Amino acid sequence: MRVALSWLASYVPLPESLDELVATLDDLGLVVEDIEHVGLGLDGVVVVQVERIDAIEGADRIRLVTVRDRGAPVEVVCGAWNFEVGSLVPFAPVGTVLRDGTAISRRTMRGVVSNGMLCSGRELGVGDDHEGLLVLDESAATPGQPIAEVLGVDRDVVLDIAIEGNRPDAWCVEGVARDLAARYDVAFHRTEPDPPAPIGEGAGSVPVAVEIVDPDLCGRFVATVLIDVDVAESPRWLARRLELAGMRPINNVVDASNYVMLELGQPTHAYDLDRLAGHAIRVRRAVTGEELELLDGSSIELAVDSGAIGDTGEDLAICDGDDVPIGLAGVMGGSSSEIGPATTSVVLEAAWFEPIGVARTAKRHRLRTEASVRFERGCDYANCDRASARFVELLAMSSPGLRVLGAPIDVRGELRRPASLRVDADAIEGVLGVRLGLDEVARLLSAIGFDVADRDGTLEVTAPSGRPDVRDAPFGVADVAEEVARLHGYAALPTRVPSWPAPGGLAPVVRVRRAVREALVGIGALEAWTAAIVPADDAQLLGDEDERVRLTNPVAADAPFLRSSLMPGLLGAVRRNAERRQGDLALFEIGVVFAHPSAAPTARVERGGAGGGELVKLPSEDERVSLLLARPLDDARTAVAAWRALATALRLSHTRLDPIAGTTPLGLHPTRCAAIVDASTGAVLGTLGEVDPDIAARAMPGLDDGRRLGWVDVSMGVLADHDAVLRESDVASVPSRYPTSDVDLAFVLDESVHVEELKAVLRDAAGELCESVECFDAYRGHGVPPGSRSLAMRVRLCALDRTLSEEALASTRVAMIDAATGSLSATLR
Amino acid sequence: MAPGLDESELAAYVEDALSRVASASGPAALGALRAELTGRRSTLAKWHRELGSLGPDERRTLGRLLNEAERAITEALGERDAERAREARAERLVADRLSLDELVDRAVDTPLARGHRHLVTKTRDELEDVFVAMGYQVVEGPEVETDWYNFEALNLPLGHPARGMHDTMYLDVGTSESVVLRTHTSPVQVRSMEAAVRDRSLPLHVVAPGRVYRRDTPDASHLVEFNQIEGLVVDEGITFADLAGTISAFTSAYFGDDISARLRPSYFPFTEPSAEFDITCTICRGARCRTCSQTGWMELGGCGVIDPAVFAAVGIDPARWSGFAFGFGIDRCAFMRHQIADLRALVDNDVRFLRQF
Repeated sequence: MRVALSWLASYVPLPESLDELVATLDDLGLVVEDIEHVGLGLDGVVVVQVERIDAIEGADRIRLVTVRDRGAPVEVVCGAWNFEVGSLVPFAPVGTVLRDGTAISRRTMRGVVSNGMLCSGRELGVGDDHEGLLVLDESAATPGQPIAEVLGVDRDVVLDIAIEGNRPDAWCVEGVARDLAARYDVAFHRTEPDPPAPIGEGAGSVPVAVEIVDPDLCGRFVATVLIDVDVAESPRWLARRLELAGMRPINNVVDASNYVMLELGQPTHAYDLDRLAGHAIRVRRAVTGEELELLDGSSIELAVDSGAIGDTGEDLAICDGDDVPIGLAGVMGGSSSEIGPATTSVVLEAAWFEPIGVARTAKRHRLRTEASVRFERGCDYANCDRASARFVELLAMSSPGLRVLGAPIDVRGELRRPASLRVDADAIEGVLGVRLGLDEVARLLSAIGFDVADRDGTLEVTAPSGRPDVRDAPFGVADVAEEVARLHGYAALPTRVPSWPAPGGLAPVVRVRRAVREALVGIGALEAWTAAIVPADDAQLLGDEDERVRLTNPVAADAPFLRSSLMPGLLGAVRRNAERRQGDLALFEIGVVFAHPSAAPTARVERGGAGGGELVKLPSEDERVSLLLARPLDDARTAVAAWRALATALRLSHTRLDPIAGTTPLGLHPTRCAAIVDASTGAVLGTLGEVDPDIAARAMPGLDDGRRLGWVDVSMGVLADHDAVLRESDVASVPSRYPTSDVDLAFVLDESVHVEELKAVLRDAAGELCESVECFDAYRGHGVPPGSRSLAMRVRLCALDRTLSEEALASTRVAMIDAATGSLSATLR
Repeated sequence: MAPGLDESELAAYVEDALSRVASASGPAALGALRAELTGRRSTLAKWHRELGSLGPDERRTLGRLLNEAERAITEALGERDAERAREARAERLVADRLSLDELVDRAVDTPLARGHRHLVTKTRDELEDVFVAMGYQVVEGPEVETDWYNFEALNLPLGHPARGMHDTMYLDVGTSESVVLRTHTSPVQVRSMEAAVRDRSLPLHVVAPGRVYRRDTPDASHLVEFNQIEGLVVDEGITFADLAGTISAFTSAYFGDDISARLRPSYFPFTEPSAEFDITCTICRGARCRTCSQTGWMELGGCGVIDPAVFAAVGIDPARWSGFAFGFGIDRCAFMRHQIADLRALVDNDVRFLRQF
């Protein structure tokens, strides 16, 4: 909200220092977001009359203009063409400093001396027009007159103040002043309008009938009827205040309505009485399908349910005597009863509409107006009559002949009684942690309109009707405490660092995630952070569009999906680095991927719906650790090595790589991939291998050097689940002090026999002498039948209490060979 | 009828062509066949040219039949191409086969260079450690939430104007606008309180870091996806004073002793009283500079005393328990501490940026 200091100062004395004022407003929760100095750069600028216009030789865009104020003629070079001899224009003489800091000096152009500058509206900061000079109306300006006087622009400061959602009372100049007066403990000059007395008092003298059909949505409707209205321009001071507030003056009727809203926070709406059918107003719920042409010329269909959660589809319509909608209550009026130049009779509406209803209507029709944002937060229904009177008072200034017909019609619907509760020093201390004197509490609350009575050490507090955010007891204690704290000043409250006996700690998954990250960083990978909201390309790359979760309202229309894998994001990151000639890298990311509830085996179900009364199916979330190896020598082998490093770091004892049964997971190379499985529990941790070469080629068209991309992808949830994935025992083994001996054996086995199976058989056969088993070569080809492979194994043997004898070694060797040939149908090679 | 062209002849021609396409073997044969059947000198092309000499009715009928014939032959050729591509891919993949169980141990050298954590992770870890040292448990919650957890249980009912500030992104699942990408980490507050009530494990001292989403145009200081950390204390005798003390203790612990915090009144529906908290500008250390708009302060986050209505929604007795909550941006902390000119560098994943942390 833009507030001019000159306006604010008419309600409350302001401090000398702008810095102090801004700091005070910030401290009151009225955050100053911008400070604009207006009327700067007008000093010295005067009105001049154009006497002569001469061409400059060799120049076709600029001319030499001779102008005169009251003194001697002055020659100025000018590039504008929108004036003629006799025009009155603004002139900045040499030495003037304009608002943008430009200092006007004597300049020579094309050999001609320019003694100043003729100005456009924008150069003076009084408009956006930069097409030509600001040509002044001859009736309103005389040569030599200071331009500031002609434009009615005084030096002023406009503060742009952010008003919080719970402070509808502060969304007006008077409201800001009220807070300042409370903080500074000074008198606050409340607006008390003194409109012309009505004529024809008494029932029946007012020719308009008002009916509230739906009292739950319209709590109050005050209608004031004016006749003999002269639609004209507003007084200059009033128009100026609107301009400073960021509103365009239109005519005195509309301007007075806007002024009242800015001043008192109460939106009003003026109808042309002669265009109001039946001279009656009915406030009722719109019927589905009714149409209304709005003031802005657009046409809307009323009461059509958007289908969104909690949308009742209800609109509140203002209707005329024929029961035809002429306005969308609290949002925008209709064009049929719009005030125009010919208007002479006016019905002014000052009403209170139910906030949530206005909010829904404004949202559904995408019509956020100055009125709707105020009604949404809750206006002060007690303000309706004051706002009406103030409107009449203001309008009478530019339409002195107007007459008020009878007393305003005041119709009531359902209104919430303002909160009323008892508060004592203990209650305030319970929230703020400080014991404040009740006198001080009462003073602060009274200053912002609360009704406070001291009853033996307990305050009976009633909130003003403009504070719908304040609730009854027990919740209202917090609301009252906040007002006290705010006016007292947060900085003036004591502080204390709380402590408690329970120690802090990390959730198990956080600990595992840190260990994973440490391990991957340890093998040289960089951690990336890619978007979870991804483009359609991402889904096309993996070909799983149909199963994706789609956003209803994405930021970019071409990025409508949630990711289902970290692969496309990491491929994109590598590609962008490759384009910068730095694509030899290993990247990993730990992040959530999503699956549509209909695609997940078991959908996530949570409390949701309107009021939290339903169970809602949600997309499933799966946190993945994905590693993309894109260095020149990377492939499935390095992926296996990387996984082993990770498994070792996490002390996983029993995982093995199994061929993938059935369909290859999306994105993986079908013949170079494996599932990572816990051999003891059967839990699948993830997959590894290479990225499908066709996908790699499509994702990284620039990187066609035939390189392979290694890939590891594991579920963080399974990794962190100590029941699904077994860890090495915590019991440490002390290594033997005696020498070790290696036994090398090569076996030919069927391809279907897993290396881990062979290792297990050898380990079992060697018994407690076995220190380690390792596969050091694999061979297919000459001498090995098709469908089989030869695996060369090295078993390291050792005893804790002795050096192994030749005999022991030989018998263990035989035992291992017998076991492998017996249980795995292996042949020794 | 033009010489050499009638409907039955056309049908016979197409049938013959399709069987030749089906039986063609090898890419060369298929390529030759394609030229013969669909090229400029093909029979079909010749018949097309002859259409011109026919009467309008005949031209229409035969033209349509010719087009259909052409489409059938082209499709058949296309299918054979796709089939060939599939076969070629299958052959390549078979030739590429590798058994991953037999990788020779220690055959792959691990590189000597160490990698890097992402700056945001690093910042998050540091923040977590500060709060763990202050006695907080680090917990997490889901990124997709129902309207209930993201808004309603936080005293933001449907139609509440403060929802407008959240720039919410909705998912196309179930009832419109009922499933959201969480706009803040505050739903974890609700989940933590619900769990504590269920397990009778109050008091509660937790922080919840995680990714959140706002429908905002990304620029140098805004990301659509960013990270927040949320703090929540529910205990006996907790007041605004404890909140102010906690914010100030955290600020010095994380940013350094010369950085202090101040609270300003603000509004969040789930806290009352509510505050924004600013910290001393980390660039000028309070001396007032351009970054802090000459104020000496930078806005960091929001906080407040838990609104009793939130307690009521999760079933905590406000007569016995009170608490406070706070939240701020993890990325913003990194941004302030490392004076990052453009937040988008965080998601660009340029290795020259990643390697600095």
